[in-house]
Amino acid sequence: MSAVKADIIDQLRKDMLLLQGFKKIINPYAPEILPASVRSAFPNAQFPIGAVHEFISFHQEEVAATAGFISGILASLMLKSGACIWINSSKNIFPPALKLFGIPPEKIIFIHLKKEKEILWAMEEALKCESLTAVIGELRELNFTASRRLQLAVEKSQVTGFILRDNPRSLNTTACVTRWKITSLPSELPNDMPGVGFPKWEVELLKVRNGKPGKWEIEFTEGRLRYNSKINAIPMISKKKTG
Amino acid sequence: MQKRYVTIWFQSLTTDWFIRKQPGLKEIPFVLALPDHGRLVVTAANNLANKEGIEPGMAVADARTLISSLKVIDARPGLNSKLLKGFAEWCIRYSPYVAVDLPDGIILDASGCAHLWGGEKQYIFAISKRLRNFGYHIRIAIADTIGAAWAVSRFGKDNTIVEKDKQIHSLQSLPVASLRIEPATTEVLQKLGLYHVDQLTAIPRSALRRRFDAQVLLRIDQALGNIEELIQPVFPPEPYHERLPCLEPIVTATGIGIALQRLLNAVCHRLQQEEKGLRIADFKCYRIDGKIEKISIGTNRPSNSSKHLYKLFENKIDSIEPDLGIELFILEASKIEDLATVQEKLWDNKGLDDTALAELLDRIGGKVGNENIHRYLPAEHYWPERSFKPATSVIEKAAIAWKIDRPRPLQLL
Repeated sequence: MSAVKADIIDQLRKDMLLLQGFKKIINPYAPEILPASVRSAFPNAQFPIGAVHEFISFHQEEVAATAGFISGILASLMLKSGACIWINSSKNIFPPALKLFGIPPEKIIFIHLKKEKEILWAMEEALKCESLTAVIGELRELNFTASRRLQLAVEKSQVTGFILRDNPRSLNTTACVTRWKITSLPSELPNDMPGVGFPKWEVELLKVRNGKPGKWEIEFTEGRLRYNSKINAIPMISKKKTG
Repeated sequence: MQKRYVTIWFQSLTTDWFIRKQPGLKEIPFVLALPDHGRLVVTAANNLANKEGIEPGMAVADARTLISSLKVIDARPGLNSKLLKGFAEWCIRYSPYVAVDLPDGIILDASGCAHLWGGEKQYIFAISKRLRNFGYHIRIAIADTIGAAWAVSRFGKDNTIVEKDKQIHSLQSLPVASLRIEPATTEVLQKLGLYHVDQLTAIPRSALRRRFDAQVLLRIDQALGNIEELIQPVFPPEPYHERLPCLEPIVTATGIGIALQRLLNAVCHRLQQEEKGLRIADFKCYRIDGKIEKISIGTNRPSNSSKHLYKLFENKIDSIEPDLGIELFILEASKIEDLATVQEKLWDNKGLDDTALAELLDRIGGKVGNENIHRYLPAEHYWPERSFKPATSVIEKAAIAWKIDRPRPLQLL
């Protein structure tokens, strides 16, 4: 009896997810966007596409780490084709570096806007455009109404939105599907090899709708984001800070 | 199509302008004068001064002996060409081809225009009435050739309509100066007793060619329509343009929007039939007071979708000041490119060469300025700060590969 009940509850959960706009996308050719251990935190064990993700950072290093982590996600989102819009207030992204994450930098259109209001407007317009793969916006404040508008826009167009909030005044409630915090970690190299290793971050999923928040150490190696348990096993003391 | 030309002669252009600026001058005789060889020479005299025998070219000292209370105003060199250019632009509401005819006239190519005003009589009456209301003394004529219209407007009766192919009759009794011949040649002709045009046309052409320069024959041919005469329009009309004259002046934003929508539909329909799209479009509003309000848009890809173009214009309609009203709308597509209809793809490979994306960038660029939108391509340079360059268009492809041999920071300080 309890098995039947569990089945019903499971089915109801799935129906609710559908109603909330989480569609299970079945595409065997699409690469998985995040390592399996991270994906298990999401509903349907899939990175939500066609949703708005919020990233919080409090320091300059965290901003850079967040940009890196998003580039890692973008690399698998954009695949071979696909265009992307990056809206920010200053020219702080170095386009050639995107290639290191496997993203063709010429496929990214940068829009530099000063006013938050303009950024929000441009972001909403861009999120409505179905020809885009992703839209990244750097904002400081995002109130609930604005985030709801963005969320409604993506539910229709299935574009993935990323909002980078640098040093927000308050961590208010938003309609975004997830809230992340990315901190940089010192990279590490096997067998005490010299040099700078692969980018590595501590990824903290603070909030996720219908999922389980968590914390992971993720490395960008071999052109994709990886969760490396072997690295995590190494005691923290032996890590060298490389910047 | 049968050519018809209108010429307008401003009898006293500069003095009328001064009277318009200072209405007090209407009642007193005055002249415009310029210093020349150490004395003041009259360049233009108003009607009252003219009646007393003061003429351009006279020294001001001589003129003062005729009228002691004569008012002398400094003439402004180049004023007449400036005024005529302004009038020519204003006259675009009556015909798309308008040319300045220095020193004191305007030529309109009225072919196919007059019927919009209900006939040639009403057409020239409408023009002359408006110009006279401004306070200018003008004479106007319409004929098959520029030469005939010019001659009749200056030497014939005012508001003359020279019937089709009747220019020879209307010219017959006019003086030879009406043929736009050099003053020196005119003088020679008069000395020879050739006062009227019919006397000149009666002489065999070979005799004329032998005795006078080729200009006389050329001018006769131009006036009679044997040789085509070209005019240099003030604004060469764009090949893709639409006009919408309004019966009542438009003052509201809604009205402007409707006019724009109609013009866009007409232009886009034509572009669609010819498989072309526009890149730059100008929307001009001719106000009653003679000013022109203009808004323009640009697109990233050739477009012939009136809905999209209307959206781009929509943000800028607010910047139009209708003032007393707008009586003519013109939409010009100044840059046209081929737009082949592409076959719809079964599956989408989302890329940069996409209509929806180009339209999005147009909208964003129209609101916040295109200078804020950037896309970068690799440049062949070792210096990291020079290793990328801005792309010129959305669809420009990278000529070389990006360098990934060195680690580079993603975020700059």
